Amino acid sequence: MTVWKRKDLLGLEALDAEEIKLILDTAESFKEISTREIKKVPTLRGRTIVNFFFEPSTRTRASFELAAKRLSADTISISANTSSVLKGETLKDTARNIEAMKIDMIVMRHSCPGAPDMLAKTISSSVVNAGDGAHEHPTQGLLDLFTIREKKGKIKGLKVAIVGDILHSRVARSDIWGLKKMGAEVILCGPPTLMPPEIEKMGVRVSYDLREVIKEVDVVNLLRVQLEREKRNLFPSLREYAVLFGLNKDVLKKGAKKDLVIMHPGPINRGIELSPDLADGPCSVILDQVTNGIAVRMAVLFLLLGGHKS
Amino acid sequence: MNRRTKARIMDASAIDRVITRIAHEILEKNKQTKDLCVVGIRRGGACLAERLAKKIREIDGGELPLGILDITLYRDDLTAIAEQPIVRKTEIGFDIRDKKVILVDDVLFTGRTIRCALDQLIDFGRPKNIQLAILIDRGHRELPIRADYVGKNVPTSVAETIEVRLKELDEVDEVIIMEGEK
Repeated sequence: MTVWKRKDLLGLEALDAEEIKLILDTAESFKEISTREIKKVPTLRGRTIVNFFFEPSTRTRASFELAAKRLSADTISISANTSSVLKGETLKDTARNIEAMKIDMIVMRHSCPGAPDMLAKTISSSVVNAGDGAHEHPTQGLLDLFTIREKKGKIKGLKVAIVGDILHSRVARSDIWGLKKMGAEVILCGPPTLMPPEIEKMGVRVSYDLREVIKEVDVVNLLRVQLEREKRNLFPSLREYAVLFGLNKDVLKKGAKKDLVIMHPGPINRGIELSPDLADGPCSVILDQVTNGIAVRMAVLFLLLGGHKS
Repeated sequence: MNRRTKARIMDASAIDRVITRIAHEILEKNKQTKDLCVVGIRRGGACLAERLAKKIREIDGGELPLGILDITLYRDDLTAIAEQPIVRKTEIGFDIRDKKVILVDDVLFTGRTIRCALDQLIDFGRPKNIQLAILIDRGHRELPIRADYVGKNVPTSVAETIEVRLKELDEVDEVIIMEGEK
């Protein structure tokens, strides 16, 4: 039986398939707690978890807070833009000061890739990466895997397309690591200007034609078009993006599988990367992803903090 | 950890007779199955709960909701145990409010598992009462907990272990005493 040995969760790249399976299996047992009337178990009573978000977030932040609270942990959230970071305090100092309040874990989202890694080396508390630049977003990758496994019964052997701005996406990278380790085939699709060069080296296929890709995949994961990129001329216009890479009923008519699963990490730009009718339709599991996010994060917190303190 | 089997104290037919007797005792004490439900504690207790519920239905007929509890998240010793505990699913698919809950486990020892189960059950709602049905009571309580229905009382020393093996999990039905702590 796999035992969790890591102090931190910084990314999916370093995990092996057994560790990922352990998290997903543990999350199964946690999903039920959110259906109870009293959505709480006493497991992490007395533990303190600090959420430190240097970038905006709705889902991830609420999800981590609720996951901690449902495990009876004490949790506080610090937004960098209302903190002393504005006065010039360094990340290291901020972390050390917070740690001096005797906490058990920091959950951090930061725009700098590697920031959680540096934090993990600096403090003895556990660190969970809630997104570091375009590098990784491991809990999103895990909840995507959980959702796929829930809807399809397995991950191995499935074909999964990730569509959109791969270049700037930490979700895509975590998804790729997770899916490859669990035995799925990954196809990336998007404008060439938003596709990282040599990404095939991660063991994925690259296509620039959504209508071709959609015929062969079991799952399609749409990434948000980051609207600020249009200003940097990475694609001619949002309209052109929507026409070529937006998912809508007409694209599905080109031969998509009847049981195709549609995913999106959120927030959605309705009508751009995904049409509203599909976003709200029966193939969409977008809201399931959010529900599963709580279970997966509870599992991560439990595995990191719930056991033997060595 | 050197463990050797000392004695076999129950075989398959003994276990079956005990479950039959406990089923009758439950019906005698509660007079009817109307507000009854049975909840087993993973993993041994869950198997026994299913068998017990089946017996009660055979004798008395009628609906008898069955639930399963995994108490791992309610343990008071999570930071002390070396091995990482496996968390399994809890399945209580019915409302336990105002119900008489027959809580079932295989071995009653220190009583801490039952304490976890009580806390967890009450988080699901306010039952009318909770009655405890146990296959083996081996003594050495560390909390003031007692069983309402007991299969067999087996005095043991702390250095011994009682192992309940059930067909559903271990391919054989038997209860054995082993020397050496778990």
